[in-house]
Amino acid sequence: MAKASTKTNAQNLQGNNACALAAVAAGCRFYAGYPITPSSEVAERMSLELPKVDGTFIQMEDEIASMGAILGASMGGVKSMTATSGPGFSLKQENLGYGVIAEVPCVIINVMRGGPSTGMPTRPAQGDVMQARWGTHGDHQIIVISPASVSEVYEQTVRAFNLAEQFRTPVVLLIDEVIGHLVETVHVPDPASLDVVDRKWADVAADKYRPYEAGKDMVPAMARPGDGYRVHTTGLTHDESGFPTQDPETVDRVSKRLLNKFDPHRKVIDHFEELNVKDAEVLIVSYGISARAARGAVKQARDAGIKAGLFRPVTIWPFPEKALVKAAKKAKRILVAEMNAGQLSLEVERVLGRDRVSGVNRIDGEAISPADIIDAIGKGA
Amino acid sequence: MAKKKQSAETSGPKEFDVMSYLRRDLFPHFLCPGCGHGIALRALMWAAHELGLDKDKIAIVSGIGCSGRLGAYVDANTFHTTHGRPLAYATGLKLARPDLHVIVITGDGDCLAIGGNHLIHACRRNLDITCMMLNNEVYGMTGGQVSPTTSQDRYTTTTPTGNTEATFDSCKLAEAAGASFVGREVTVQTPTLKNLLKDAIDHKGFSFVEVISDCTEIYGRKNDLGNSPEMILSQKSQMRPDSYGGVIVDEPFRPNALPTGVLTRSDRAEYGETYRSTMASSKKGA
Repeated sequence: MAKASTKTNAQNLQGNNACALAAVAAGCRFYAGYPITPSSEVAERMSLELPKVDGTFIQMEDEIASMGAILGASMGGVKSMTATSGPGFSLKQENLGYGVIAEVPCVIINVMRGGPSTGMPTRPAQGDVMQARWGTHGDHQIIVISPASVSEVYEQTVRAFNLAEQFRTPVVLLIDEVIGHLVETVHVPDPASLDVVDRKWADVAADKYRPYEAGKDMVPAMARPGDGYRVHTTGLTHDESGFPTQDPETVDRVSKRLLNKFDPHRKVIDHFEELNVKDAEVLIVSYGISARAARGAVKQARDAGIKAGLFRPVTIWPFPEKALVKAAKKAKRILVAEMNAGQLSLEVERVLGRDRVSGVNRIDGEAISPADIIDAIGKGA
Repeated sequence: MAKKKQSAETSGPKEFDVMSYLRRDLFPHFLCPGCGHGIALRALMWAAHELGLDKDKIAIVSGIGCSGRLGAYVDANTFHTTHGRPLAYATGLKLARPDLHVIVITGDGDCLAIGGNHLIHACRRNLDITCMMLNNEVYGMTGGQVSPTTSQDRYTTTTPTGNTEATFDSCKLAEAAGASFVGREVTVQTPTLKNLLKDAIDHKGFSFVEVISDCTEIYGRKNDLGNSPEMILSQKSQMRPDSYGGVIVDEPFRPNALPTGVLTRSDRAEYGETYRSTMASSKKGA
């Protein structure tokens, strides 16, 4: 995010604290949350930081209310965020769907723990990849980002706000417990050097404004209460006027616009890292903390003469399938390393077929180590 | 009767025309014949009119159910949210935009069952929001199931042998949870209801108003409660006539009647102001 030449301020920061600082730098001025391990430091830091910029922090009565409150604040025109972990993320799903259909920008931080249910609150996992994609009911698209370092938490939190604003959508940041609690040096950019995006506001005459009419970019301009537009916002399927409709032709049109909204913008939304993929015969696909073990494994494998490479999606939804196909061209084997029983690997199999793909998985509350991946590479050789 | 009604309505600053507060292009509306919700909405618009509220600054936040659909008809900023959650959305909206008049329209199921937790915490927090809860004792939109306010022994589609559960007194609940303004009224007393809503909106802090509404088509029919006029008149006779203005009426012959009027009013600090002033002074001190 920060341009190379700009001044930065080196700080040792914990992942969850970096997330809070980045949110404020990205323009977040409203936070509502509910205490939950291992995300609580996000809320604690926001309660300190927001008053400094005349923002508002509130600890709500539950996870559901927190999600509702950030949507309410965002519909009022204020950039908003909440943070949670698996069980809370489950509770937020209904209102998250409201954010999708009503096209309300907001950012949801999910510092993942082991599950299902209460699971292992203090142990790391990456179990919410599919919940983030499909947790709310009905066909929908959503943007989900998974950072792999504390610096990247900072960068990607800013980017999450920008994407939410630009595309009028909830954006989920899937942080794992390791990254959330890890302390690393972050070169915090000067806030003035950040590219901060604000949503497109309605600027036509009130009688000409159609709240859900979009141009070529497929993203409608939003109206702020008090600006004279007097808009209706609903979770019911609505036409361009914002009012509910059940007319099949209209429903088909507006639903497809919503489902295809990200298509023209994949260059902006997609984000991935590649390491030694060009000649890779063994391609590891991994994200979050697991990808850092994968980086180590690739290096060790290369030292041992094995052509290994890493494809790391940073934006995991929508999945960067074209880039993966390209990266996997020479690969005889694809190993998907993740702290779950195989979630993103389902998507990798969908894109590359099942023959080449296998998983390196841990579901025991321990992070994947480079050795785990090296073992898996060795087993197939 | 009609004449009297007209003269009462012209007592405001400008002549009150409910249609000027509604999105007329959405008519005909979806309410069943005889439903009390329309009367409540009229009273709310009348109150807004007499208070001279700017339509651009009114935000109506509603949930799911018959009550939830009312907001769409109001020519204001209207937010039709999820089931039971309008107070959560309203809390975010009001904190982010203290300049808006945030009014929640909710129902007995929306507010007391699925949204009960949000109600008690909204009362405790005392943010400047007005919550108008329409109590028709039933889930009307879904076909007439039992709700937390369904009177005992009444029939619904999920109490085929009569309701065996106890009912909530929502006003007592709101008061106990800390709401700084609590009131109740029946729809047939429309000018009185309007005055109550005026006081509620004008009140600085969380105001809760229970409107006893009627679901004639589903609930009334199922329980032989008569047609709409009969239902709303019987509601009136079941209420204590008037404790509005501090008059407490003892009604020994109607022990089951609920009190109406302003039931609680206190000047407890409004939460948004408390938060902002506390944060401003901590900033100064830092």
